[in-house]
Amino acid sequence: MTWDWSAVGDFMPRFWDGVLVTLQALVLGSLIAFALGLIWAMAQRSPLKVVRWPVVAVTEFIRNTPLLVQLFFLFYVLPEWGVTLSALTTGVVGLGLHYSTYTAEVYRAGIDGVPVGQWEACTALSLPRSRTWGAVILPQAIRRVVPALGNYVIAMLKDSPMIAVIGALEMLGQARQFTASTFQPTEPITVVGIAFILIAYPASLLMRALERRLVR
Amino acid sequence: MSAEKNPSTTANGGTNPAVDGSELIKFDNVTKRYGSNVVLDNLCFDVSSGKHVTLIGPSGSGKTTILRLLMTLVKPDEGTIKVAGDYLSHEEKNGKLVPAGERHQREVRKNIGMVFQQFNLFPNMKVLRNITEAPVHVLGLGKDEAEQRARELLEMVGLTDHIDKYPSQLSGGQQQRVAIARALAMRPQVLLLDEVTSALDPELVAGVLDVLRDIAHSTDITMLCVTHEMNFARDISDDVLMFDAGRVIESGAPEKIFTDPEHERTREFLSAVL
Repeated sequence: MTWDWSAVGDFMPRFWDGVLVTLQALVLGSLIAFALGLIWAMAQRSPLKVVRWPVVAVTEFIRNTPLLVQLFFLFYVLPEWGVTLSALTTGVVGLGLHYSTYTAEVYRAGIDGVPVGQWEACTALSLPRSRTWGAVILPQAIRRVVPALGNYVIAMLKDSPMIAVIGALEMLGQARQFTASTFQPTEPITVVGIAFILIAYPASLLMRALERRLVR
Repeated sequence: MSAEKNPSTTANGGTNPAVDGSELIKFDNVTKRYGSNVVLDNLCFDVSSGKHVTLIGPSGSGKTTILRLLMTLVKPDEGTIKVAGDYLSHEEKNGKLVPAGERHQREVRKNIGMVFQQFNLFPNMKVLRNITEAPVHVLGLGKDEAEQRARELLEMVGLTDHIDKYPSQLSGGQQQRVAIARALAMRPQVLLLDEVTSALDPELVAGVLDVLRDIAHSTDITMLCVTHEMNFARDISDDVLMFDAGRVIESGAPEKIFTDPEHERTREFLSAVL
């Protein structure tokens, strides 16, 4: 086996397309996972059973079925109901939705970790629910779960190649297509592996910096 | 049984227009159970406006439950509670008493402030915002007005220098004094004090009690106080209620209760804590 630099050069245009898709999937997927997970976690503490139960059922279902199945479902079944999304949008929504059920558990642990006295103080001051959550509970809860949320960002990055199966060609998908036409697997796949490290490591440094800022 | 013996002595110049000089708090046959454990047993008592009432008794006798009922942190199983003439955990609909909705409870509860054993300051907010948060977002005060009020209160509790600190940068005694200022910032008619010095180092207790004494003597706020500080109770109380097993077994002026109690259980309890 020999290393062919010209293959690396030939792969580059496709590679950059793939990087763009990977980063979009990661950033947008994370935003969806962070926001939606928070909504799940708060809904699970709703005083209303009609809110709590469906949310528990849906999140348990999503967490306990494979991401791959969900991606196929979103991509092939939703159009039957008249909802057609591009491959990348489907991938982003799929990743975000899937990981939101994990971040929901993280938020839940954070919320449970806020001492009950904080809720009681909010009641004693008659703070409305929006202030209780927004000004008192969530700032304390989120601060302590940032490291755990960061782990899921990295996990999501590593799951991002799955969206290639529905045609959203991220880095690895591009590498496989390149290989299919050139029969040179070594160079593109090595480049992609290195690229994953180059994205994951700064991402985890970023999360750690955020953690330092937030933990007081 | 009624624990309040002298309701006629309570008029205090009409400073609390919501009540006609008599009962600010009224418990009527209140029963509270946890499982089969009866914490409050058909309790009746009332507190007149402006009075300072101390609840004493062995732990588990129901004192703290009374404060938690008033704070709507727990609901009574039977009976009713009135604050400033309004039902607290019930509301009247079509002439019937039904369990109160959140909105009704919130309105009635605005009359009540509480200071907790564990302070329960918001650790993510500086001292100033701990105090202004509720006046701004519950009472609708402007920011400047709320801050002005907070500064006055901080001066009263002797913490003007700590306005820009986080609670974690303060001692327990200082935190508790901020908590007192926070409760008072809502201008409640009633202040509930739940063993407010129990979590403090001994040398910090005096500072907190001094502040409370000051408030008791210089304002017309009604106080309901659960404490093990018998000297403090003697100092500030108009009435002392002795609890045992969910009932008031004896009540009266502090001089009487602390020096010449009638009930054997009161004598036992006092000899154990004094």
